[in-house]
Amino acid sequence: MKVLIKNGRIVDPASGRDEAGDIAIAAGRIVAIGRVAADFAPNRTIDAAGLVVAPGLVDLAVRLREPGHEHEGMLESEMAAAMAGGVTHLVCPPDTDPPLDEPGLVEMLKFRARNLNHARLYPLGALTRGLKGEALTEMAELTEAGCVAFSQAEAPVRDTLVLHRALQYASTFGYAVWLRPNDPWLGNGVAAKGPLATRMGLSGVPVIAETIALALIFELVRDTKARVHLCRLSSAAGVEMVRAAKAEGLPVSCDVSVHNLHLTDVDIGYFNAAMRVTPPLRQQRDRDALRAALADGTIDALVSDHTPVDEDAKNLPFAEAEPGATGVELLLSLALKWGADSGLPLVKTLATVTQRPVGVMGESLGSLGSSAGCLVEGGLADLCLFDPAAHWQVTPAALRSQGKHTPFAGYELPGRVVATLVGGHVAYEATRG
Amino acid sequence: MLSRRNPQLNAHGELIHLLSIEGLPKAVVTQILDTAGTFLSVNEREVKKVPLLRGKSVFNLFFENSTRTRTTFEIAAKRLSADVINLDIARSSTAKGESLLDTIANLSAMHADMFVVRHSESGAPYLIAQHCAPHVHVVNAGDGRHAHPTQGLLDMYTIRHYKRDFTNLTVAIVGDIVHSRVARSDIHALTTLGVPEIRAVGPKTLVPGDLREMGVRVCHDMAEGIRGADVIIMLRLQNERMSGAMLPSAGEFFKNYGLTPEKLALAKPDAIVMHPGPINRGVEIDSAVADGRQSVILPQVTFGIAVRMAVMSIIAGNNP
Repeated sequence: MKVLIKNGRIVDPASGRDEAGDIAIAAGRIVAIGRVAADFAPNRTIDAAGLVVAPGLVDLAVRLREPGHEHEGMLESEMAAAMAGGVTHLVCPPDTDPPLDEPGLVEMLKFRARNLNHARLYPLGALTRGLKGEALTEMAELTEAGCVAFSQAEAPVRDTLVLHRALQYASTFGYAVWLRPNDPWLGNGVAAKGPLATRMGLSGVPVIAETIALALIFELVRDTKARVHLCRLSSAAGVEMVRAAKAEGLPVSCDVSVHNLHLTDVDIGYFNAAMRVTPPLRQQRDRDALRAALADGTIDALVSDHTPVDEDAKNLPFAEAEPGATGVELLLSLALKWGADSGLPLVKTLATVTQRPVGVMGESLGSLGSSAGCLVEGGLADLCLFDPAAHWQVTPAALRSQGKHTPFAGYELPGRVVATLVGGHVAYEATRG
Repeated sequence: MLSRRNPQLNAHGELIHLLSIEGLPKAVVTQILDTAGTFLSVNEREVKKVPLLRGKSVFNLFFENSTRTRTTFEIAAKRLSADVINLDIARSSTAKGESLLDTIANLSAMHADMFVVRHSESGAPYLIAQHCAPHVHVVNAGDGRHAHPTQGLLDMYTIRHYKRDFTNLTVAIVGDIVHSRVARSDIHALTTLGVPEIRAVGPKTLVPGDLREMGVRVCHDMAEGIRGADVIIMLRLQNERMSGAMLPSAGEFFKNYGLTPEKLALAKPDAIVMHPGPINRGVEIDSAVADGRQSVILPQVTFGIAVRMAVMSIIAGNNP
């Protein structure tokens, strides 16, 4: 199968390329970028006039809800959602039921995903058995099965000795550990601590829940030299600590979710449970700091933190509602909105959902590392074609994800994915009208 | 998606639910207090009934137990000639696994006209108001730590009864503010009615600094907090706060923040002492104060019936 994508605006953050041109694809790989030889005979030609041709997006936090939470999402529905969002590489956290703490579970998930021929799936293995924070998992076995790093998802490791040993062990073999910085004792509330939570009578999560956890993690990193990725930063103070840690040369990276990048606690309005997300939405100065830090590179990646939640679990009083929102279909548009608000060139904006998250995954990508999140001749043809001028209204019922709850329901967002290619195969195509 | 419009008001700004005092126009608050005044005389008559809610069904939905509040709502509804159905849901449906909204859908099918809701989670009455049939009115009888608007209104009625004018008052609210829906409703009501000085008094574990953003002066010292006050509102200290990480003991709390005759002497000589009840004698308030001449704790209960009658009759008269 040969595909020719013609007349597109080719944007590749990794090389800095942003220019008009064509892309030729053969046998699943990109064979030419820019100028395509006249004798290239495609089976299919896609007219990309007016469209941006970018690397397929890389989302570091997508919950597929399988196994164990199939009522909230299935591999099929959530992978289809990823395709509709232009996301061709996704990392899924291990908080399934049972958690991804055994190679068999990971192999099954990878196998099922491969058969769908959709996004490439990179599971995070559980750092501790059952995510209980007590005993280490078989990290080498899990890595062989396909895990790219190890994580506790939202489950805490309360015992500092266990966390210390987990980082020591992981660093022995060069495995990265992904942790959300949240003190388990201080971090139990349902909204960000502050005037709004106090006024509404919602239990608050103070900023120190994040900064105390960061201080602890950084001390452990200094001691163990483990490579740590910090998931879902939420506060200005947290951003400052990460900036200092990076300046010090600690091997850390971090991400922020689309929710914390765009929203604040005021958006909770009259107890709108769609705004119940983890970490909780904080105040404007926190949001501003997160936006600036994503622009200056202190925050490495933007993630959707895609978490499908079913109706029954959301239609509850705010504190009882299950946290999480569907988001993988909105990632591109929310990145573009942030980029436009921040006055960034497209190539910089797209880096936060392509090249930079690939950097977070590092060597764990193996042979895919050279072509994920970028456009290179000889590399896999994983592409996202989108119309940067199109605006669309977020209509929950029209989302492909099984989870219909998003804080952005009703928003008018820029950028519409027109086609998604995985390995040169058109895995998603919007109906163009 | 919830609408951004205050869900307790209709398009004309009239009260259709009572969910919180926050965001209520002053005119609406005053209307409720004025209406309550007219009902006070009904409660003193030999035949204590008016026909305003005749034929209407009021469901008391108490997801959290409270005999006292439920009883006052029941009395108020019956004096308005409504049919009252008490559902102690804490012990029935939800115990069987029925969801909150299923319960509401079932009761709506029984042609309820009004739900009086108490729930342990902040915001639960908003969810109910959003999902019940348009003609059904919802009264919040206390949700989590968020609001207890009828208590706030009856407190305002009491203050107005004894002090007439709100605009020259100093009001001190003492005790467990952080967990208190009564305190939040009082603060919103006092602010709306123009009280220039509202103080929140208690230790830092119970009186967070964020309260300042609600227009409150935060005092951690009891003497500073009640000095010169016209009104002192003592809050009930819940049993579960009396030991542990919030407070070391009830005794130590009483020593620092309990209202004794000596501390009361720091307030204005004609200061009134209020309490939403039930009181813990010797924990937040000394018996000599609770039973003393400045205590208006029992009149609060009497006014509470009239205020709840006023709220129910006003919202029942407004269309969505």
